[in-house]
Amino acid sequence: MSKAFVPTAAKPGVITANDLREGHNVWMCEDGWTADPARATLFEDEAIADLALLKAVGQSNLVVGPYLVEARRGPNGPEPTHFREAFRQRGPSNYFHGIQTVKQAVTQTEASNV
Amino acid sequence: MFDVRPVDTDYVRHRAAQFRAQVERRLDGSLTEDEFRPLRLMNGVYLQLHAYMLRIAIPYGTINPDQMRMLAHLAEAHDKGYGHWTTRQNIQFNWPKLVEIPDMLDKLASVGMHAIQTSGNTIRNVTTDAFAGAAADEYLDPRPYAELLRSWSTDHAEFQFLPRKFKIAITGAAKDRALVQAHDIGLRLIQKDGQTGFEVWVGGGLGRTPMLGKVIRDFLPEADLLAYIEAIISTYNLSGRRDNKYKARIKITVHERGLDVFKAEVEEEFANRRRDFHGADREALAIFKDRFAAPAFRNAPTDGYEAERAKNGAFRSWTDTNLHPHKVDGYASVIVTFKTHGETPGDASADQMRLLADLAEQYGHADLRVTHDQNVVLPHVHKSDLPAIYAALQKAGLAVANAGLTSDIIACPGMDYCALATARSIPIAQEIATHFKNNGLEDEIGKLNIRISGCINACGHHHLGHIGILGLDRAGVENYQITLGGDGYDIPAIGERAGAGFPYDQVVPAVDRLLRAYLEVRADASERFIDAYRRLGPAPFKAALYPEPAHA
Repeated sequence: MSKAFVPTAAKPGVITANDLREGHNVWMCEDGWTADPARATLFEDEAIADLALLKAVGQSNLVVGPYLVEARRGPNGPEPTHFREAFRQRGPSNYFHGIQTVKQAVTQTEASNV
Repeated sequence: MFDVRPVDTDYVRHRAAQFRAQVERRLDGSLTEDEFRPLRLMNGVYLQLHAYMLRIAIPYGTINPDQMRMLAHLAEAHDKGYGHWTTRQNIQFNWPKLVEIPDMLDKLASVGMHAIQTSGNTIRNVTTDAFAGAAADEYLDPRPYAELLRSWSTDHAEFQFLPRKFKIAITGAAKDRALVQAHDIGLRLIQKDGQTGFEVWVGGGLGRTPMLGKVIRDFLPEADLLAYIEAIISTYNLSGRRDNKYKARIKITVHERGLDVFKAEVEEEFANRRRDFHGADREALAIFKDRFAAPAFRNAPTDGYEAERAKNGAFRSWTDTNLHPHKVDGYASVIVTFKTHGETPGDASADQMRLLADLAEQYGHADLRVTHDQNVVLPHVHKSDLPAIYAALQKAGLAVANAGLTSDIIACPGMDYCALATARSIPIAQEIATHFKNNGLEDEIGKLNIRISGCINACGHHHLGHIGILGLDRAGVENYQITLGGDGYDIPAIGERAGAGFPYDQVVPAVDRLLRAYLEVRADASERFIDAYRRLGPAPFKAALYPEPAHA
């Protein structure tokens, strides 16, 4: 996979992992870890990303297997560039399970708050 | 040396308690992930693409109604209401939380089940013919031997850290439905000079280097089974490659060293090991033979079955495809396919599991089998009970008459679940099944074996499919190679790659062209796709897959 990925301004990246206790996918964000990939911190600098990855590795009480992977800037936050990461962000294609249900719940909550 | 474990349940409870403590130590920081990973894998716990996955052992695919009901309970209480039958006769749950897995293992232990050695470089679940003890073409029931191997290999101290995982399959029937040639060790029960024994195959396997096994012993007397298997595995344990994960399976050891060299080492080791077996294994085998004694079959008329066949076309169609010949007159084995068109191959809901448990209790001598092609078999059903079973299955959406047909596809979880996958398998299977249902060709095509893997590790056994589909990542895009001519059963063969791969949206059209070409060239409706392929060679099928572009 993309563990050797080096982010630049032209090819930024995000840090992602799995939640230790429950196993779901998480992304490093400003205030820790989030299950919403759109909130992920986008790294454009190798040194800063390396430091963040070291920090993530040090949080093994929270997450499993953190790695840095390419992403691109999207209108609503970072977006995946590879289909594997797209599936990780969406959930399986055969059932409406996984992260897509969380996203729907967030969207519904936001809609009801309008 | 082999000894019989008197109460397996005590052992699995103990192992579940061990794992609970290991999880607690991981959560409180006493264990790092590097330390914890081998411990969780020893208990069948993987970390997959979206979540943890728990693979539970179903030894040689045999499961009783109470155990099936427990799986249903786990699906509802700890997963998302379903489980997935695997190609090695196990079940996987795709969404358990690590913090709940100790509870799941405790519950499994209460019905004598566990997840031990469903992962790791150990001897994995021993698999066999799903119709064992029932098939009309069976010489001898392989399950007592499978149980002997299971009991001996569970927690076998010498074989907990093999160079790589190790898979054993055994069959006792004329037709090999256990794929013995595709296993690290394959065993065929045979008889020679009035004596029962085994033809022993070694070095088969699929994955990135697919190979069919070779016969290492033409005849191994029954009494020497464990000593000889132990000799093979201990020889491999020492000479198997540990420097390269991709060359660590026994098939590479046998291939690189040569069968003769490997066999000589095994035979020498066998002579030594044999002295350590003093009869406990044979005593255990006698116990297991009693345990697997045939149920009390009944002698009853089958008039009702015949009458229902005559008046109900759908029932007749289902009995034409989804029954397997039984050794006892008036009986049949029922194949319940988990391949409803458009559904995920091998997924069973909790309600469906409970229904199977009820049907097995009411009509099937409380016996159920999970098959390697991701279906479930009721091995012993009197034909007079088939109309009632069919009606019950129909209500649950499980009476699809497609066993052995185009939509009875074997598919690994692929990139919808698996962390190793390079492309998706499940939606390809769903779309193929739906396509050939909608165009009405499935019945006309007849017997066909399509198998799909989402990476070269080949959990979907694509090499053995008449049509094999392998999903790959080509420059960041899903791409699918098609192999032709594979066979796991009649004339075992590794499929040949047909040519360049297809993008995701071109797979179904390619398979459509392939099967329409088959319908054009087959001798008659009784000639299966694989038979036509063998008769004609790949040319007409490749031409269909890769048509010449039209020139202006």
